[in-house]
Amino acid sequence: MTTESTTAAVPVSAATSRMRVVAYAVLLLAVCALPFLVSNYRTFQFTLVLVYAIALLGLNILTGYNGQISLGHGAFYAIGAYVAAVLMDKFGVPYYLTVPAAGVVCLAVGFLFGLPALRLEGLYLALATFGLGVSMPQVLKDKHLEHWTGGVQGIVIIKPDPPFGLPLNQDQWLYYFTLAVLLIMFLLGWNLLRGRIGRSLVAIRDQPVAAEAMGVNNALYKSLAFGVSAMYTGVAGALGAIAVQFVAPDSFTIFLSITFLIGIVIGGLASISGAIYGALFIQFVPNIADQISKAAPWAIYGVFMIGFMYVMPVGVAGAIRIVWARIRHRTKGGDNSQKS
Amino acid sequence: MSTKQLLVSAAIAGLALGTSAAFAQKKYDVGATDTEIKIGNIMPYSGPASAYGTIGKAAGAYFKKINDEGGINGRKINFISVDDGYSPPKTVEMARRLVEQDQVLLIWGPLGTPPNTAIQKYMNAKKVPQLFVYTGATKWNDPKNNPWTMGWQPNYQTEAAIYAKHILKTKPDAKIAILFQNDDYGKDYVKGLEDGLGDKAKSMIVARASYETSDPTVDSQIVQLQGSGANVFFNVTTPKFAAQAIRKAYDIGWKPVQYLNNVSASIGATLIPAGLDKSVGLISTGYLKDQAEPEWKDDKGMNDWRAFMAKYYPEGNIKDGGNISGYGNAQTLVQVLKQCGDNLTRENVMKQAANLKNFRTEVLLPGITINTGPDDFAPIQSVQLARFDGKEWVRFGEILGK
Repeated sequence: MTTESTTAAVPVSAATSRMRVVAYAVLLLAVCALPFLVSNYRTFQFTLVLVYAIALLGLNILTGYNGQISLGHGAFYAIGAYVAAVLMDKFGVPYYLTVPAAGVVCLAVGFLFGLPALRLEGLYLALATFGLGVSMPQVLKDKHLEHWTGGVQGIVIIKPDPPFGLPLNQDQWLYYFTLAVLLIMFLLGWNLLRGRIGRSLVAIRDQPVAAEAMGVNNALYKSLAFGVSAMYTGVAGALGAIAVQFVAPDSFTIFLSITFLIGIVIGGLASISGAIYGALFIQFVPNIADQISKAAPWAIYGVFMIGFMYVMPVGVAGAIRIVWARIRHRTKGGDNSQKS
Repeated sequence: MSTKQLLVSAAIAGLALGTSAAFAQKKYDVGATDTEIKIGNIMPYSGPASAYGTIGKAAGAYFKKINDEGGINGRKINFISVDDGYSPPKTVEMARRLVEQDQVLLIWGPLGTPPNTAIQKYMNAKKVPQLFVYTGATKWNDPKNNPWTMGWQPNYQTEAAIYAKHILKTKPDAKIAILFQNDDYGKDYVKGLEDGLGDKAKSMIVARASYETSDPTVDSQIVQLQGSGANVFFNVTTPKFAAQAIRKAYDIGWKPVQYLNNVSASIGATLIPAGLDKSVGLISTGYLKDQAEPEWKDDKGMNDWRAFMAKYYPEGNIKDGGNISGYGNAQTLVQVLKQCGDNLTRENVMKQAANLKNFRTEVLLPGITINTGPDDFAPIQSVQLARFDGKEWVRFGEILGK
């Protein structure tokens, strides 16, 4: 984790940067065309990929960039989902307003949780967040909250129709809505991480004492990282709830938190694009595993995980970076002035 | 649609109705052809409830047996069973996969209350049968609001009402204490008991205590219930807690008449951990034959099942009741599809599922039959009371319920 540097912070030449812009434009076009090329069911699956990508970026800000391990991010995802569901179900709030509301609530909860968690390092923090993740499903069942949360029964919510009479079906519309939120969140994240704040977060991760000596307010940055990370995950939770149309405590077991951690490690720690690769992995690999073996789907899943880690020890994003650097190295010959 | 078009289509529909009997016209929705019927299924093969996964495997094995014997009305069953890990969002994804991508005719036997709740709205909006779901919640019997969803096993309220009747008959001076799990499963049982007791509920129920699945023990609840002076104890708990409750009541010398919900009636999972000597006199109910009971050693229905297990699902655990349940439920579906004949539309599947008359799978206790109707989406509604004699459940009295 400590050997990785942030991609965004590396200066790039004009030619590479132009190539990048073109590549991103092509990618964006492909992503926009997707719902018209695949079935509604696949569109729904890709919507979930986008949702997970936002959650994974959130966790990556905390764990990948700031070095704080969280085993309880499923709890923030759950809070986001429930904020959206309760607002829609009990107060008739339109779905698009529930997404920022979930983000704000999770920002506050995450920041507050981050304050006491400051005293904890490494495994101890992992354990504290694990506690949060484990307790969340039961908190949601609590009888005092049952009036709002619907207890074990959960809350069924209605899928939004596309606005302005757009010629899209519900799945396609939700895909674009989620994609728009993802682009905003990724842009925000990119802005946050490539500059002073991002460098401070990385500095705290790698050399906390040096960072402090350089004038970084470690305590503030660490709690902020927690809050922002929770906000991302909460926004994802709200979008996930709208896509699935249902929330229940059983949707947010501790395994969800672990899945997020798997996602960022497979995708690539401290990498923005890694969130997308990780999301693709956690969405599709379990399905593949199930198709290979009904008797032991988790064993297959485990084999996939070990295989990925063995072949790409720095995650998919890291592997792509290395391959890309080699190609460039070969095509440009001696041009070694830039580090990949 | 214009009036003219409407008239034409009405006329065609009328013609179709008139001729269907005579020519046995073939009608299909997606998922059914001349040679195949596609059936979807969602099971927790992974995750916290993976022990139930054997139900899906047993059913799959049974459909293979049916195919080997020529299929249903000449059509082979293509059984597509997928894993949701007991996670509702995954259930939604899987239901959509089965309906939209695999294009199944119906989804049979998804397991668990939260997973089924998650897909109920979708299935009813898409008008795809969500048939014979594996949960005892009462809400699956709601043909008016959810005409595409149907349960299978006796629901919790029905069972509790039967205990209520038995209490009223045998112990008119009953003072009832209830221990229940604090969720919809526990509350369903309590409601069933209250409804069954009717006017007497208020005066008869003297104490109630609940627990969370996270509680380490229910010892303090038992002490509290004993303190109420109750002489009847209604035990609505899952096996681990049921065993604790039975043992604790015995140890502190509380000797009420004990009713134990069917959820925990397993001798292996509940009564052995509790202590067989401490379980003598417990009253519970059953609806399926238990292969361990000597009474069914030479029973035809159970021997058929044993032969099926040996040939088609030899790796399955013969002691696991899920294999009996999966087999019996799959037989019920096969009966529905047989009744559908050559009209394999989703509408007709629901119509035939709601038209089961005195159907029996031979793994049901003698005297229990499956009956459904347009207003009755609860296939199994009868159970038989049984008392534990220290070795096995001894069934007594007649078949109760409908």
